[in-house]
Amino acid sequence: MSTEPSGGADLLSLLIHHLPVFQIIVPLVTAPLIVLLGRRAAWPLATLSAGLCLAISIGLVSLVGEGHPITYALGGWEAPVGIVYVIDYANALLLLIVSMVAAVVMVYARQSVAAEIPEDRHHLFYAALILCMTGLLGISITGDAFNVFVFLEISSLSAYALIAMGKNPRALVAAYRYLVMGTIGGTFVLLGIGMLYQMTGTLNMADLADRLAGPYLLNPDILVAQTSTVRAAFAFMTVGALVKLALVPLHFWLPNCYTYAPSVVSVFLSATATKVSFYVLLRTIFGIFGATMIAQTLQMESLLLVLALIAIVGGSTVAIFQADVKRLLAYSSLAQIGYFVLGLSLNNETALTGSLIHLFGHALMKGGLFMVMGCVAYRLGGTRLEHMAGLGKRMPLTMFAFVLGGLGMIGVPLTTGFVSKWYLVLGAMEAGLGWVVGIVLFSSLLAVAYIWRIVEVAYFRAPPDETRTEAPWGMLIPTYAMIIASIVFGIWTGPLIHIASTAAQNLMGGLH
Amino acid sequence: MLILIPLLLPFVTAALVALLGRWPNVRDPIHTLMAMVTFGFVLRILPVVQAGGEPRLELLELFPGLPIAFHVEPLGMLFAMVASGLWIVTSVYGFGYMRGHHEKNQTRFFICFALAIGGALGVAFSANLMTLFVFYEMLTLSTYPLVTHYRDAEARRGGRIYMGILLFTSVCFLLSGVAWTYFAAGTLDFRPGGILAGNIANSDVAILLALFAFGAGKAALMPFHRWLPNAMVAPTPVSALLHAVAVVKAGVFTILKVVVYIFGLDLLQETGANDWLMAVAGGTLIISSMIALTLDNLKARLAYSTISQLSYIVLGAAMATPAGIVGGAMHIAMHAMGKITLFFCAGAIYVGAHKKYISQLDGIGRKMPWTMGAFTIGSISIIGLPPMGGAWGKWFLGIGAVDAGAPIYLGLLMLSSLLSVGYLGPIIGRAYFRPLAEEDEHLHEAPWMCVVPLCITAVGCLVLFVLGDAIYDLVLPIVGGKL
Repeated sequence: MSTEPSGGADLLSLLIHHLPVFQIIVPLVTAPLIVLLGRRAAWPLATLSAGLCLAISIGLVSLVGEGHPITYALGGWEAPVGIVYVIDYANALLLLIVSMVAAVVMVYARQSVAAEIPEDRHHLFYAALILCMTGLLGISITGDAFNVFVFLEISSLSAYALIAMGKNPRALVAAYRYLVMGTIGGTFVLLGIGMLYQMTGTLNMADLADRLAGPYLLNPDILVAQTSTVRAAFAFMTVGALVKLALVPLHFWLPNCYTYAPSVVSVFLSATATKVSFYVLLRTIFGIFGATMIAQTLQMESLLLVLALIAIVGGSTVAIFQADVKRLLAYSSLAQIGYFVLGLSLNNETALTGSLIHLFGHALMKGGLFMVMGCVAYRLGGTRLEHMAGLGKRMPLTMFAFVLGGLGMIGVPLTTGFVSKWYLVLGAMEAGLGWVVGIVLFSSLLAVAYIWRIVEVAYFRAPPDETRTEAPWGMLIPTYAMIIASIVFGIWTGPLIHIASTAAQNLMGGLH
Repeated sequence: MLILIPLLLPFVTAALVALLGRWPNVRDPIHTLMAMVTFGFVLRILPVVQAGGEPRLELLELFPGLPIAFHVEPLGMLFAMVASGLWIVTSVYGFGYMRGHHEKNQTRFFICFALAIGGALGVAFSANLMTLFVFYEMLTLSTYPLVTHYRDAEARRGGRIYMGILLFTSVCFLLSGVAWTYFAAGTLDFRPGGILAGNIANSDVAILLALFAFGAGKAALMPFHRWLPNAMVAPTPVSALLHAVAVVKAGVFTILKVVVYIFGLDLLQETGANDWLMAVAGGTLIISSMIALTLDNLKARLAYSTISQLSYIVLGAAMATPAGIVGGAMHIAMHAMGKITLFFCAGAIYVGAHKKYISQLDGIGRKMPWTMGAFTIGSISIIGLPPMGGAWGKWFLGIGAVDAGAPIYLGLLMLSSLLSVGYLGPIIGRAYFRPLAEEDEHLHEAPWMCVVPLCITAVGCLVLFVLGDAIYDLVLPIVGGKL
């Protein structure tokens, strides 16, 4: 049983003690409340809830910063019997990303949603959005493997619904495709967890890792981890996570989803969903299997290295030729997913630090860029290249935000993109792979190509009409908040680097 | 504060220009005034550096152990003085030119101009390679809107090549060189004698040097030189200050600085890793001079002349001898003054007479005496004859070549001087000795705001010859105080 904090009924310390569970309960309660209270209360409630979540996750990050990881037993049932929430630097970072993006997106959503979603569905939309956030937060916070699956399904199901609400009829097809792929991915994860449960009798991640290192009952000469069932579980879980992550060649569902989803959904999913999926992959590899299945992990990593490089170069190259800017950004996301995985596959702390920083930076930059596209769609009704013509004159502030965010994608110094690139490059050198350095740096030139193509259209091509139609402040301010944050954290790098490098250390600690 | 104020002033200027954009008659004098103030604050550092002091400033920590930090040493001092000093005359010239031409978007133009100077000063004062890289990229990005100022198809093409080559070289080569250096040496600080000795295999030195030499694409070393002529689509003040002074000098400055403070002259001499760079610089020097001979567009000819003159400086660095370094450093200042004069003249001819091509310049010296007089002085300096500043740079480079045991490069320098007589001489000859075309009878000088600055820089060429000794004393400490 978890004990109440000594010192008694002090409300604040009680609150702090239960902070982890509030991270989930607050949005989980908000979602049905929104449906019940109807569309008038929807936006304020959702915004309030996201704001609270942000406050809670900031609180959690600072609590983690004071020392060792936080463990919270749900209902007082200690692991391995009960479900525990375990928060260390790695997932505190994820919680921060998800809730921060959610909070900014909610502010932004009021006008964007009003323009893109039929009014009678507003409350459903916000409820689904909050549910999706709940799922993503849940995946990040929990220390229980089965719980991961549950939250994964919560976030996925609500994401399908959100995407399907896009105006373009193709959104429905995209959502359906995602549903099929997502279900396969989710089922794979579930299968893996089931096999692990069969072999070990536990679902707690830390406990799983311990028991995998124990002798196998039927054949004491080998470890549990050396049985073919566990190997299959390893394969199922990683592949399941990779589907959700949309790593090449399992990426086909992603571009259409991001392209046809409502603007707000594109922003939210692009900034958070893939990050959380990557976190699942990290936990699976480092948290559960890494310590006992070193050989398989290494093999997996060298496979991932190849896939990551293909994703980086391929995604960026395909992005260059897109005629719809949202789709372009989606392909760019595929490339960025490659960067995350690259940092994981190089198998050293420096590179993993780069990955984690990139998770954070990319959430800000890509979220910001999709927000810019939301502004363009709001005013001009579309995000194809022809809508961008003369945008530097028609929506100067919006377009300037795109330029700033684009510089981050390229990885220009003094943006977060540069910080993560630097660590990835150093990591590749540490791994003795000079040619990987070359590919990483070359790929940032591909980013120049796809970003600059838009910039040229916006500033050099004559607009159809010269009237200034700047996006409303309610959308511009959140957009700039994201973009400027991505620059601020590229200059004031200390805290981010500290969190990411400690998290990388903790994760890799399981291996060495 | 000594360093911080001059570094911040260009950015303050940019902000002021942005705020005052609606009132051009206030905006432009303020810009010039701020340029003067900046130069004044840069000069305040000079006595400290001359006395052997090395003021330092750490701004913030970008990565653990890798701060954005500044440290003024003689080489950076010289570059900063050149960039900020010439900013003043260029700002006056810029107003004359932009207004004489009724250019659009002048506010944006002057904002980017000030930002570019800020970038150049940051490069000049940087205390480590990371800081240098940050400001180097800032310089590239802030000059892109200037290069593409006209927003037409030609500007777009020029801009693409500009960004493409500069970013390609800096990201693929320079950044990997920086990362490699950090990985090998564990630091990126500029230190006398270098940081790489003993930390890197001898066979790798040449490769790393190549990453830096080509990575500093702003130095326009062949085959990465094409951005420079293409950047000539920009308005002439940009060509003058940025593509004859700030941007290109940031490139050669980077190479000099890396050779002296990262590799160290000894390491290069021991390993012989610099031989190939001398050859490449020598080749660039001759080939670009020859190309210059063939061009009829005045600005393009000057651009190729710039490429050739930049290679002098790279050659000086590649010699890895004290005299070569000193010669290269002095040539930064000397070439800047001479070439900015020539570009000012080219711009004045364009504003006053609307002529871009050398073949149109017959007899123009009679109608634009001041401009062509200044052009003649600037040319003499570029050719490298006394009593103009350009003579000093060549003199020490020649000594450096002999010291390096490669007298062939002395011959190359002589040949290049002859070639520069070949590409600059005919322009002067045409202007003075050919008869004026009839339709040009009505021509007159450009507006005074263009003519006065170019006269000042022409006088400057002469002054630099007299000041040669002082500059020599200033830069000598970087090679340990003796040749």
